[in-house]
Amino acid sequence: MIPVKFDYVAPTSVEEALAALGEHGDDAKIMAGGQSLLPVLRMRLNAPEVVIDLGGIDALRGVRDEGDAIVVGAMTTHHEVRDHPLVREHALLVAKAAADVADAQIRHRGTFGGALAHADPAGDLGAPALALGAQFVIAGTDGTRTVEASDFFVGLFETAIGDDEILTEVRIPKHTGWGAHYEKFVRVAHQWPIVAVAATVRGSIDEARVGLTNMGPTPLRARATEAALAGVSATEDGVRAAADLAAEGTDPPSDLNGAADYRRHLARVLTRRAVLEAAGAQAWS
Amino acid sequence: MTATQDRPAQEIGRDRRRKEDQRLITGRTRWTDNITLPGMLHLAMVRSPFAHATITSIDVEEAKASPNVVAVLSGKDFGDELGVNINAWPITPEQKTPTHSPMPADRVAFAGEIVAVVVARSAAEARDAAELVDVEYDEQPAVVGIKKALEDTVLAHPELGTNKSALWVFDSAEAGTGGDVEAAIAQARADGIVIEREYRQQRLIPAFMEPRSVVVDPTGEQLTMWSATQIPHILRFALAATTGVPESKIRVVAPDVGGGFGGKLQTTPEEWITWAVARRLSKPVKYTETRSESLMAAHHGRDQVQTLTLAADRDGRVTGFKVHLDADLGAYVSLVGGGVPVLGAFMFNAIYKFPAYRFECQTVLTNSTWTDAYRGAGRPEATYAIERMMDELAAEVGVDPLEIRERNWITHEEFPFTTVAGLEYDTGNYEAATARAKEVFGYDALRAEQRERRERGDRVQLGIGVSTFTEMCGLAPSRVLGSLDYGAGGWEHASVRMLATGKVEIVTGASAHGQGHETAFSQIVADRLGVPFEDVEVLHGDTQVAPRGLDTYGSRSLVVGGEALVKAVDKVVEKATRLAAHLLEASEDDLDYAGGRFTVRGTDQGIAIQELATAAFAAHDYPEDMEPSLDADATYDPVNFNYPHGTHLCAMEVDTETGKVSMRKYTCCDDIGTIINPLIVAGQVHGGLVQGIAQALWEEAVHDESGTLVSGSFVDYLLPTSADTISFDVVHADDPSVCTTNTLGTKGVGEAGTIASTPAVVNAVVDAVRHLGVRDIQMPCTPERVWRAIHANDGDAPTPGGAMPHFDEGALNQDGAAQ
Repeated sequence: MIPVKFDYVAPTSVEEALAALGEHGDDAKIMAGGQSLLPVLRMRLNAPEVVIDLGGIDALRGVRDEGDAIVVGAMTTHHEVRDHPLVREHALLVAKAAADVADAQIRHRGTFGGALAHADPAGDLGAPALALGAQFVIAGTDGTRTVEASDFFVGLFETAIGDDEILTEVRIPKHTGWGAHYEKFVRVAHQWPIVAVAATVRGSIDEARVGLTNMGPTPLRARATEAALAGVSATEDGVRAAADLAAEGTDPPSDLNGAADYRRHLARVLTRRAVLEAAGAQAWS
Repeated sequence: MTATQDRPAQEIGRDRRRKEDQRLITGRTRWTDNITLPGMLHLAMVRSPFAHATITSIDVEEAKASPNVVAVLSGKDFGDELGVNINAWPITPEQKTPTHSPMPADRVAFAGEIVAVVVARSAAEARDAAELVDVEYDEQPAVVGIKKALEDTVLAHPELGTNKSALWVFDSAEAGTGGDVEAAIAQARADGIVIEREYRQQRLIPAFMEPRSVVVDPTGEQLTMWSATQIPHILRFALAATTGVPESKIRVVAPDVGGGFGGKLQTTPEEWITWAVARRLSKPVKYTETRSESLMAAHHGRDQVQTLTLAADRDGRVTGFKVHLDADLGAYVSLVGGGVPVLGAFMFNAIYKFPAYRFECQTVLTNSTWTDAYRGAGRPEATYAIERMMDELAAEVGVDPLEIRERNWITHEEFPFTTVAGLEYDTGNYEAATARAKEVFGYDALRAEQRERRERGDRVQLGIGVSTFTEMCGLAPSRVLGSLDYGAGGWEHASVRMLATGKVEIVTGASAHGQGHETAFSQIVADRLGVPFEDVEVLHGDTQVAPRGLDTYGSRSLVVGGEALVKAVDKVVEKATRLAAHLLEASEDDLDYAGGRFTVRGTDQGIAIQELATAAFAAHDYPEDMEPSLDADATYDPVNFNYPHGTHLCAMEVDTETGKVSMRKYTCCDDIGTIINPLIVAGQVHGGLVQGIAQALWEEAVHDESGTLVSGSFVDYLLPTSADTISFDVVHADDPSVCTTNTLGTKGVGEAGTIASTPAVVNAVVDAVRHLGVRDIQMPCTPERVWRAIHANDGDAPTPGGAMPHFDEGALNQDGAAQ
């Protein structure tokens, strides 16, 4: 498992990183926590000439309060996200999903921004980010721009981040007091989800947001389910009809872990369970 | 005074922590890949991406020009010195066995087969250059899967004219060990019960922790090979037999080896190529595989279709069992090859008194990775088949699965018992193990809960699975192996060396790869010889140190190697007695030997074994008719297999809505005779259980129709971790039925957990949903398979691939970006 030889650059500021990216262009690959990139390099599925490691840029770490939103630095680890009081208070859904990423070793290395920029359809953080209406702050040499979550995920492993840009932080509108649950369906604990459902609700139930993991080439938002959930009671029967809409318009893959029709079935069942859990879980438990 | 007086009275049975673990766990030891020799070169293999293809051309020029590349060699660059990879167990005289070149020059027969090797000054440079080797292939049709292979329309090896390698048959009527199975089936069709099932043993990957690695140093008088292997002695023999180097010029070392599970019971193309390159270049060379290579090209295990017919009377007493196996050998007949399913032939009757039995095994060749031993090798397949069938019989008769077993098993008064397969079971007590397991498990309470949940229609149903296993291990009596046409014997060798300082070196031919031989063997010697545990050093794995041996597999090390050790120690004591009598000026008959000390009965005179070792070394004063040495060797050839058994009970919960299964409780009571080290046994049982449970629930190696391994990484080949398992209740028989064919009374335990657990789990899953019309779920029992089984008849599960909207205009759940 030896990667092709590459040069390694470790900038200490976003400006330096952008300059390095500008210099090497297509030959460069950005590394955040490296938890997806390094296996890819070691298996020789990709062979960039330069790896630009963002690990030395302190400004990209941490979580801060910006009034109606919290802002998560792209290089904040899953472990930090999971435990951060601001995340737990205002974006419980993100904390719950971060707690379920892979295993403890990976959560201490892998980063929030890195996982989102990688845009693996089975990644755990896309669905919560989408459900909460996150905004992605992307830096380029001409300054920064902000992209809505609904425009950020473009396709399989593809985002709105340009070749010469870097994701620096993610703004998550506050959902203070909303209950949340991330229902992840796996066969073994360290596996990517076969299907997962990210649900967060206000009251029981006044309003709901539901995101789906691995039900298409990008994370998806179950808007029909969300609409149908408004005003229902947080009971099996109350939620069932809305949850049954969750698979509408999805395009899940078929693979060794399940055919597409089974995944659609799972999406419906897991949505019901996630919403009910969320309604009963307004704080970290 | 010697230290022996401080020694605890009894080492055997003591929970000793393993003396080898510190170095193994910290890695501060000699793994093969840690070995670095002066001027050493590194290899990278070029492997075929096609399952079946002729090699049209190989252009190595660009690779040769790559930095620090020393050579690039393909099959046509080698002659006979490359040797061949052998099959040591042709199961029938007519067996079709394709020639297995380590690096074929003309045609590849599975995806992952080696077509060229790059030699460079570093592993990274070798790997870089390997990508520059330009191989042109002419792809041929590939045959993948047992059923396709049996059709014989596409051939894995066209020159053989068929994919069928061998048909091996045992029939109790012909062997005189029982009746005619066809008559029993005909009778049961008239007035009894006939159960017919087809079970699939999926293909598995041994997935040992340490990838395979080999280093060859040709720069001495002997050529030395270090290899991460289970079988240094067999490897040495095979190198000599096939590469033209005299055995006396070959030294093989298996240093610390990180697991095998049968996966390193092999002589590999990688070893042969490394050997040939080192000899060609006269330089030390090393090859260490990547995990991807290991999954793709190291041998796989299991892979059978089992066609089973069980005949019984209306009370559920079995009258006959007919077994037909089709077993996938993959592309070549490996070292043990068809012998693996044949090892199962004697175990389908398990613990039961079947009057008639017939076993057939058809081995087939396919264009997929070759198969061979994997933990249990033949016995898990047999145990799975019969234990699943006994549950089916219980369901048919309408009695508890334990009740149906009791109606058929050998009772403890009936031992020794000659089975319908012709084996003599020396001891066992199935009643006692079952009673104890039931008690610890809380069987009756769980059955009550199961009833309650069924009546309530709970979304999560509970199932209870039973597996009352036995197995044959301690491979093996050499004459039996000879009668089965196996190419070697089954004896083991041990030496005891009494050092001048009173320390003891023991040498065993059973080469450990994680089992804990160093600790367990030290405990045996400490007790048997009366020396401190700490004073015993166990040497193994180097053919210059341990020249005789048949290595480690088949739960044989303790029961065969341990017995050889006992016999060697007994010889040392015998010699020491003569020397003690001489030095104490007493008659041998007046000496007592206890706690490492000879004493003259009725006096205070005595001498310690360590003092005798020093005296023998000095050789100043010893009997004239004796050699001045206490050292001794022994070679032990077992007189029988041995037969551990146990009752395993498993409770599984099944979420009927998603098909997800979770283990609720697992209890096993194994009767493994005398236990040398309970901690090591616990480790073997826990690990063994997980490996068997993993076959039931998680692991499956899948090749697609073109022969590409789809489950080619641990993303798709699902190995469980501790997060996926529960704590098992592991107990042992209070009054074990000790093995009568070895001195210590031990039985093998290396494979027991794996053999027993797979059917226990699947029986539990099926039991949870049997009332919903389910009678089988194919392994691994994925949530999807469980869900489809539950909903097969109720119209809830849509047809696979049925039409559903795919991002249609106006579909509800999507964001603009995803269109």
